[in-house]
Amino acid sequence: MGVAVSIQQLEKRFGKLTALAGVSLDIAEGEFFGLLGPNGAGKTTLISCLAGLARPDAGRLAVLGRDVVGEYREARRLLGVVPQELVFDPFFTVRETLRIQSGYFGLRDNDAWIDEILANLDLTDKADTNMRRLSGGMKRRVLVAQALVHKPPVIVLDEPTAGVDVELRQGLWQFVRRLNGEGHTIILTTHYLEEAEALCGRIAMLQKGRVVALDSTENLLREFSGHALTLRLAGGAALPESLVGLAVGQANGDWQLRLPDFSAVERVLASLREAGIAIEDMRLSPPDLEEAFVRVMQKGRSQ
Amino acid sequence: MNGLIGFRTLLWKELLRFWKVSFQTVAAPVVTALLYLLIFSHVLDEHVQVYQSVRYTAFLIPGLVMMSVLQNAFANSSSSLIQSKVTGSLVFVLLPPISYLEFFLAYVIAAAIRGVAVGIGVLLVTVWFAPPGFEQPLWIFVFALLGGAIMGALGVVAGIWADKFDQLAAFQNFLILPLTMLSGVFYSIHSLPAFWQQVSQFNPVFYMIDGFRYGFFGVSDVSPLTSLAVVAGAFLAVSAFSLALLKRGYKLRN
Repeated sequence: MGVAVSIQQLEKRFGKLTALAGVSLDIAEGEFFGLLGPNGAGKTTLISCLAGLARPDAGRLAVLGRDVVGEYREARRLLGVVPQELVFDPFFTVRETLRIQSGYFGLRDNDAWIDEILANLDLTDKADTNMRRLSGGMKRRVLVAQALVHKPPVIVLDEPTAGVDVELRQGLWQFVRRLNGEGHTIILTTHYLEEAEALCGRIAMLQKGRVVALDSTENLLREFSGHALTLRLAGGAALPESLVGLAVGQANGDWQLRLPDFSAVERVLASLREAGIAIEDMRLSPPDLEEAFVRVMQKGRSQ
Repeated sequence: MNGLIGFRTLLWKELLRFWKVSFQTVAAPVVTALLYLLIFSHVLDEHVQVYQSVRYTAFLIPGLVMMSVLQNAFANSSSSLIQSKVTGSLVFVLLPPISYLEFFLAYVIAAAIRGVAVGIGVLLVTVWFAPPGFEQPLWIFVFALLGGAIMGALGVVAGIWADKFDQLAAFQNFLILPLTMLSGVFYSIHSLPAFWQQVSQFNPVFYMIDGFRYGFFGVSDVSPLTSLAVVAGAFLAVSAFSLALLKRGYKLRN
């Protein structure tokens, strides 16, 4: 599998503010890649540099081996970007917008593909509606459609579901998953961590312009999250000495324990049995990316 | 894949943009010019004669036509850019593989076409009042096109530079409007005091209008060749500056 996006030592400053302080990462063809980080971490700047919307101060970026500065025409043809802001040109209808966007990418007579995108994004009956008359969610779909007119092998979605209702969000993910299944590389930034967890095979976490974590979603969850076990002990009993090390909190008489892996449940139950403590209530929650994210960010701050 | 499709699409989009609101972008300036003509010719026609055998109203018409060409060419590229910058939709033009030269040409050509379209409109409604001769049609065409292109290129510069509508309005009111109004649209510079005649000779718009007027009457304040040289030089200078900004990505790719 080749490299879809290669980023090497990317630096970008805005005056005194360092937005990107030497970011390096490779994204393989066919990956569903997540780019996470708090506001101001540099996600959008990174995407802007990749898309040619901002000039890097140092470093190199390439899309499928094409340098985004030196070979910008080829690089931009290979890339489809859904911008974060809900922007539109108020002079045109949906179909005109998509035809114009196709033309910008050097494509004429693109209507067959435009119709297919419109159908997939549930926009067919809005094709001849002026952009101004569309709801926010509809405009968002048109933005996605605009990014796809030239069938780019690499698709970047910059917070595509911000302010989008549940139905559209699910429809959008279904469509994007299909594109990924057909071989498109997907790069996603989002603040909805459950989305990233469900969709992304690999994740980079950015903080203050640096990559602070880069691994498969599975490994990140294993390393920075874990199974959370909530216990209520009979008679408000204290935890046995051997389990205190696993406890991360106590609230309303419930103990919260973090388990390194699923098999640790067995050890917890054995310790309680040995100590003669009965369990009144017990809940086990799987690892989640939100916790992993918070811990990575805490670790980043303390460094 | 044809490399020119991107450029042609951007040009087409820019033409559609003003054509879809042509009542405001073409009809309105034609009415404004007609009002100027009605008022000035009514007041001055019998009192002022600029060239021998040329009535003031006839003299005024080419001036008004060229002023409309220039102002509307500037308005087209500058307002298109500022609008798409403020709304953010410029991103759709910045993401595709369109070079800075294609970008420049599309905006400038569309601006010149809008300018010329308004100019033709103004000519059509004013020509009946005092038909000017069409002595040298080629000069008329060349000056209209070059003048529109210069103002289109200047509009690109202003549109890139301005972050807000009021900054663009300042550019328009404090630079474009005085340059066009004080360029001999309404008078021959020979009617000015010597000092202001000197000052006018540093105004490139004066040469655009004077050369354009030469095409109608075969007479002008300065030689049409001088005017052509100044106007062509101004076009090259403004274009070079505008292209340098675009190449750097000044305010657009940052």
